[in-house]
Amino acid sequence: MRKIAIYGKGGIGKSTTTQNTVAGLSEMGKKIMVVGCDPKADSTRLLLGGLSQATVLDTLRNEGEDLELEDIRKTGFNGVICVESGGPEPGVGCAGRGIITSINMLEQLGAYAESEKLDYAFYDVLGDVVCGGFAMPIREGKAKEIYIVVSGEMMAMYAANNICKGIVKFAEAGGVRLGGLICNSRNVDNEKEMILAFADRLGTQMIHFVPRDNMVQRAEINRKTVIEYDTSHPQADEYRTLAKKIDSNQMHVIPKPIAIEELESLLINYGIAA
Amino acid sequence: METSCEDYICSEIDPEEVKNKLISKYPAKVGRKRSKQITINRIDEEKCVPEVMANVRTIPGIITQRGCSYAGCKGVVLGPTRDIINLTHGPIGCGFYSWLTRRNQTRPNGPEDHNFMPYCFSTDMQENEIIFGGEKKLKEAIQEAYDTFHPKAIAIFATCPVGLIGDDVHSVAREMKAKLGINVFGFSCEGYKGVSQSAGHHIANNGIFTHVVGLDDEIREGKYRINLLGEYNIGGDAFEIDRIFEDCGLTVVSTFSGNSSYDYFKNSHTADLNLIMCHRSINYVAEMMETKYGIPWIKVNFIGAEATAKSLRKIAQYYDEPELTDRVEEVIVKEMPEVEKVRAEVKARCEGKLAMLFVGGSRAHHYQELFKEIGMRTIAAGYEFAHRDDYEGRRVLPNIKVDADSRNIEELEIHPDPQRYQPRKSPEEISELEKTGFKFKDYEGMMTEMSNGTLVIDDINQYETEKLIEIFKPDIFCAGIKEKYAIQKSGIPMKQLHSYDSGGPYAGFRGAINFYREIDRMVNSKVWKYVKAPWQQNPELAATYAWD
Repeated sequence: MRKIAIYGKGGIGKSTTTQNTVAGLSEMGKKIMVVGCDPKADSTRLLLGGLSQATVLDTLRNEGEDLELEDIRKTGFNGVICVESGGPEPGVGCAGRGIITSINMLEQLGAYAESEKLDYAFYDVLGDVVCGGFAMPIREGKAKEIYIVVSGEMMAMYAANNICKGIVKFAEAGGVRLGGLICNSRNVDNEKEMILAFADRLGTQMIHFVPRDNMVQRAEINRKTVIEYDTSHPQADEYRTLAKKIDSNQMHVIPKPIAIEELESLLINYGIAA
Repeated sequence: METSCEDYICSEIDPEEVKNKLISKYPAKVGRKRSKQITINRIDEEKCVPEVMANVRTIPGIITQRGCSYAGCKGVVLGPTRDIINLTHGPIGCGFYSWLTRRNQTRPNGPEDHNFMPYCFSTDMQENEIIFGGEKKLKEAIQEAYDTFHPKAIAIFATCPVGLIGDDVHSVAREMKAKLGINVFGFSCEGYKGVSQSAGHHIANNGIFTHVVGLDDEIREGKYRINLLGEYNIGGDAFEIDRIFEDCGLTVVSTFSGNSSYDYFKNSHTADLNLIMCHRSINYVAEMMETKYGIPWIKVNFIGAEATAKSLRKIAQYYDEPELTDRVEEVIVKEMPEVEKVRAEVKARCEGKLAMLFVGGSRAHHYQELFKEIGMRTIAAGYEFAHRDDYEGRRVLPNIKVDADSRNIEELEIHPDPQRYQPRKSPEEISELEKTGFKFKDYEGMMTEMSNGTLVIDDINQYETEKLIEIFKPDIFCAGIKEKYAIQKSGIPMKQLHSYDSGGPYAGFRGAINFYREIDRMVNSKVWKYVKAPWQQNPELAATYAWD
């Protein structure tokens, strides 16, 4: 089983990209579990056709200790298993601790067991790595492979660079590696060239350039992945390509985060200021 | 009573050499810091002593004696109050291990009087509350406590996780106060605050002063009306002091906080005089009460028979009325013969023996009195959580550097109360008293009363404790429960001065007798010779390994 964590700046399209890619992998006959690690619990909405899932933490709260795997797992599009860890409402409690509890619970309940015959487990993690809890998916024995969703906007690249710092920290202890950057295009000038250069500086690859298309929004309003909503649309093929590239990816590196000045010079040489 | 206090330097051991030995094992940076916290006492002609670095962070990795801020606030200062429900907001261990472990006692006024000390109140925070926030559970706990007990007041104490997840105990307190119509107040005394439990004392004092003191202006009967601050009724100390006060005709308005009650706190601002026992833990309250209400404060000490007599005379001198002065003298005359009888008997067996005291923020000082009375010498002493003024005296207060850790603890800005500020003595009366040598708001610290050449060590750790024992082989070592068994294992009797083990009271006249007997029993016991089992010294069977 390959365990993959998807990180990236808030609002960059992690959940959308993850679910569409997972849909593409599922078409290839892979068995996949998606674990949403965001208190908002909206990481599996497109696969499930709506936000109806009982989260791990809510279930733990309501059912007490007597918890079954089936209470917290739902099957979505093409047999993809969906789990949401959930968490507190904004401004209270500790969401990071929630993620830790929830992933531990999944492990104890055997969600990752051999008998489940999973090919992939995807973790869709909120925003930046703000505290220990949000690093949980890349700690020892958890996800070994990370993809960062990024665009040509400066703050998205800045966040990606910061996430690389987190990866370096856990790479030594936990063996986690960066599989590449997924560019979720925002139609920034020279975006592809810039992200290619950025990936190069980080010592990784841009595994795929996902063009911007309104179809993504349309499918999302209909609570579906593009692959499900309009299966012959060219955008669906983009996600299928990304799925294939991830499936055959051999490049797993410890990234080399760059200095802020270097990041700025990238933007000047390639980006909006060029 | 004569006591020997001639200068001495432990003849065969050079303290400088001991200090070097204690520090030599440390890495250079640690050694530099510790060397400022280990001082060889020397009192000059102006009664000045060398500087001791105190109230600074313990170096990580060192096995310190210190406790946490929560322990200081809930366990020490508010724990001994019987009719406030002290509710710990946190995991169950924090509440349980701070519950009566100091053996603070209380005596309700009758069957109707609330006494919640036999209960331990906690929100028993679980993982669920850590993740989703614990305010809801806290409100439910307050409601439950109210419904069950109908207390006059509920105090909420924040533990570490509460601070980390940001539960707002103060807003919950305000909400529940409005809802229930009783006094509910919170303390942000998360364990990690400050460098020791001293931070918690300060937080507790600020809270009790803000939320309770001054709520009731009724002046209760009594001619000489005093508060006793920083006396926590360990092993019944406050009972003995109260007995003596009563004999002398003194009325205790409130004790902070041994054998205390919420109602006493409420009108403690009506007293004539504040007496301070533990300067460290509570001088803030005395200072604030003086500024706001005009109550002067003096330092007293009821540990040691002679110190007790001296403190009583000081109180009489403050009032300066023959009726009180005579009565105080009568009480001293009545009490002393029994004390003298036991003292003489015990002294014969204890004279010249060596004691070490590393405890508290005043106890390491006060108990030297008792040892002195039975002829024992204190060769090394230090505090766990005191500040420089407790070592060197209040004269150094203007020179104490306020660091970021101290600034982290709220400092209340207090102004005279427009209606109730009323100086108990006029400036003329005060200066008249001062001319006779009477000292207001003064504490000369521990070191001025220790001999030259003795070691003064702040925040001692286990390594230094073991070294000191090895070098000096003292006859008794006084500290707390965490140190107890390691010390006993080295064959030295150990007396706990936080909880008194199972003994006490040790305050006042009868307390002194108890202490003399206890120490006699401990230092003259032969049992310590048998700490090493006979077979460890002379094995009956000896063998060698085949490969040797």
